[in-house]
Amino acid sequence: METIINEFKEIAANPKKQLAMYKKQGKKIIGVLPYYAPEELVFAAGMVPFGVWGSNNKNISRAKEYCATFYCTIAQLSLEMLLDGSLDDLSGIITPTICDTLRPMSQNIRVAMGDKMPVIFLAHPQNRATSYGLKFSVNQYTNVKKELEKITGKEITDADILESIKIYNASRKARREFVKLASEHCDVIKPTVRSAVLKAAFFMLKDEYTAKLEELNQKLAALPICKWHGKKIVTSGIIYDNPVLLAALEDNDIAIAADDVAYESRAFRIDAPEDIDPMMALAKQFANIDCDVLLYDAESAKNNRGEFVAKMVKDSGAKGLILFMQQFCDPEEMEYPYLKKALEAAHIPHIKIGIDQQMHDFGQAKTAIQAFAESL
Amino acid sequence: MSEEVKVPVKAAKTEVSPGVQALRDVVENVYAEAREAKKRGELVGWSSSKFPCELAEAFGLHVVYPENQAAGIAANRDGEVMCQAAEDLGYDNDICGYARISLAYAAGKRAAKKLDSATGQYVIDPNSGKPLKDDSGKIVIDTVTGKPKKDPKTMKPFTVVDDLNEIAKLPEGEEKERRTAALKSYRQMVMPQPDFVLCCNNICNCMTKWYENIARMHNIPLIMIDIPYNNTVEVENANIEYIRCQFEDAIKKLEEISGRKFDEERFEKACANANRTAKAWLKVCDFLQYKPAPMSGFDLFNHMADVVTARGKVQAADAFELLATELEEKVKTGGSTLPFPEKYRIMFEGIPCWPKLPDLFKPLKENGVNVTAVVYAPAFGFVYNGLDEMVRAYCKAPNSVCIEQGVAWREGICRDNKVDGVLVHYNRSCKPWSGYMAEMQRRFTKDLGVPCAGFDGDQADPRNFNAAQYETRVQGLVEAMEVNKKVREGGK
Repeated sequence: METIINEFKEIAANPKKQLAMYKKQGKKIIGVLPYYAPEELVFAAGMVPFGVWGSNNKNISRAKEYCATFYCTIAQLSLEMLLDGSLDDLSGIITPTICDTLRPMSQNIRVAMGDKMPVIFLAHPQNRATSYGLKFSVNQYTNVKKELEKITGKEITDADILESIKIYNASRKARREFVKLASEHCDVIKPTVRSAVLKAAFFMLKDEYTAKLEELNQKLAALPICKWHGKKIVTSGIIYDNPVLLAALEDNDIAIAADDVAYESRAFRIDAPEDIDPMMALAKQFANIDCDVLLYDAESAKNNRGEFVAKMVKDSGAKGLILFMQQFCDPEEMEYPYLKKALEAAHIPHIKIGIDQQMHDFGQAKTAIQAFAESL
Repeated sequence: MSEEVKVPVKAAKTEVSPGVQALRDVVENVYAEAREAKKRGELVGWSSSKFPCELAEAFGLHVVYPENQAAGIAANRDGEVMCQAAEDLGYDNDICGYARISLAYAAGKRAAKKLDSATGQYVIDPNSGKPLKDDSGKIVIDTVTGKPKKDPKTMKPFTVVDDLNEIAKLPEGEEKERRTAALKSYRQMVMPQPDFVLCCNNICNCMTKWYENIARMHNIPLIMIDIPYNNTVEVENANIEYIRCQFEDAIKKLEEISGRKFDEERFEKACANANRTAKAWLKVCDFLQYKPAPMSGFDLFNHMADVVTARGKVQAADAFELLATELEEKVKTGGSTLPFPEKYRIMFEGIPCWPKLPDLFKPLKENGVNVTAVVYAPAFGFVYNGLDEMVRAYCKAPNSVCIEQGVAWREGICRDNKVDGVLVHYNRSCKPWSGYMAEMQRRFTKDLGVPCAGFDGDQADPRNFNAAQYETRVQGLVEAMEVNKKVREGGK
């Protein structure tokens, strides 16, 4: 088990190595920015979808030519990596536009990349579950498909997409299973390991990833459920993969029971149907995602998302929630008061810790985590 | 994001023309009619500035506009306390200032004059007011401090935030009366609370969650028109079809909300009015092409309130047409509303810092800089024929278009309106707007050969604006324009 875990750790810590490896294998690699791009199409095209969610190891320098300071560092550092050559092995990049930072960023990336690589634009519909919303998603995904076909030089057939959907559904299922097992075996799957295992998914072909993860899941399932004497919490936010933050959780005997995190469970909660037209299946997969800060809630007057997260805390047996608030992330910030309301109504303690990928001083965050752990 | 408010920079006390007065009255009436409607028990909606107003207008529904309200509250210097009130509710200070003001207001927070609970008197802010002058008009100096004395008649109480819900719970009596009387009563601070909300995210996605929050606070219906971001100048037919279907759904929901059937004739009338208003608005904007211009470009910021709150109403069309006639006359006679000689002409990029209008205007005035181009001109000039064109028009908001369209709009008005430079507001409240301005600046300089300068600010939260930095940047821009001018003149 340790070998598999170390492999995931190695991959999660060295995406550039992973990129070079696929390149060396003669594969084409497509960068995928947040959020909800239909990666299945990239895989169906025989290419490698490669998650681009900023970096904890870079400084914003070249991206300043395009961005003012008040933009989320995930977007800024993604642009930085595109500009500094870190992502030169990509054959293209998909730019979704579902938040106010990603809208202009899609333009900046297109301008900055020029002839260097194709930039594939994607606008998701917010009224996504209606018949016309589904139709629009199919239209957008068809555009993405066409662009991918230009890059790969071959047609992506319905059979390719269906096969890809099956592989992705299996991958999502394995990750959901892992999240459950990680809670039951939180003595082995500590926050650092949990993060690495889930992060590696962004830099691996999903069939390879899933095979490895299923193996890990089997080994975990064979272990007796641990008697955890520390604290269990639910995490929420966009991304919290910084090693110092993760270590701070471990140092305070905090285990993660479940998460409401864009980089983790929000990315694999919902599967695509396997028994309908595959493009429509992808549209439905997106349409069925709900209780998400980035997506319009058709039942606006209710506090669905807040209550969903509160229920997750209760159901997972966690004692509290840590919200890692990504600085300058409007959607997360806008939803905080109602998340807070739902948590308070359910008597769930929580803390909000402001983070970004340019963080250097973790003193305050560490103190807050420690104090929270002691209070649980 | 967008909008405008009636706070004249210079001409507050001077008499205004009938056209300007008519425009002011139109907005005043929108607020007044909404207040009256609410009193009669009729429904009042809150709408984002670029929601297709024609739809609600077809049902005769009363609609007010939180963006216009927030701009007004900010211009009345209450932006900071209302933003802080939202922050106290848990809304982060990174969130758009308009959204924060609106959410605080929706939650029942109101700006109020500070009361001394012991005496029931207002607590006067010693820093407020104007210098006291003696009979000869000379400023009176305080012999103790050596500073000018303040005219007590002009001094004002501190502003605090009170809560309508708390006040409502108080027993009838003196405290309740005092606190109610202390609430500020300008129109934006007495806007009726919503019975439904109309959200269109063509201007930003922040709008989506902002309006969802309001719907939750008041447990009211929300109608969402989602306009996907565009990557090309042409809007794809698939987008039109998707949005048109949403219009049809919105009509059904408005029928449910209003209990009335969709009135096609009334809708056509609203569309005709909106087109007339848009055309007259564009005509007014085009007067800035004259050199020297017959008005200050800052006037356009003020007139935006009408385009936002009343473009589907015949009164707005009439008022803009009247203003256009007046401007035509000014061009003939050589007059201008600009209170200084026009030496340079610039495009002001972005939403103004409403709480700091005088600070924005000061260095421009000192350097003879007139704003002769604002992107609002093309951005609100929705002229269309038929429903599909209407849908297409609503796809073209400043923050829903690709960089090429954004640049084309701006460079078009810069050329037509003969600008010498561009002043760019990096607006902390507006991520989609400011997000590609750096690249736009490079293009303006390359394509137009004009200098650009950027400054940091905020449309509503005064804490994000630094007057010294702004003045320095304006100074830099003026120097660059001067060099350009000399080169041009030397070339002749």
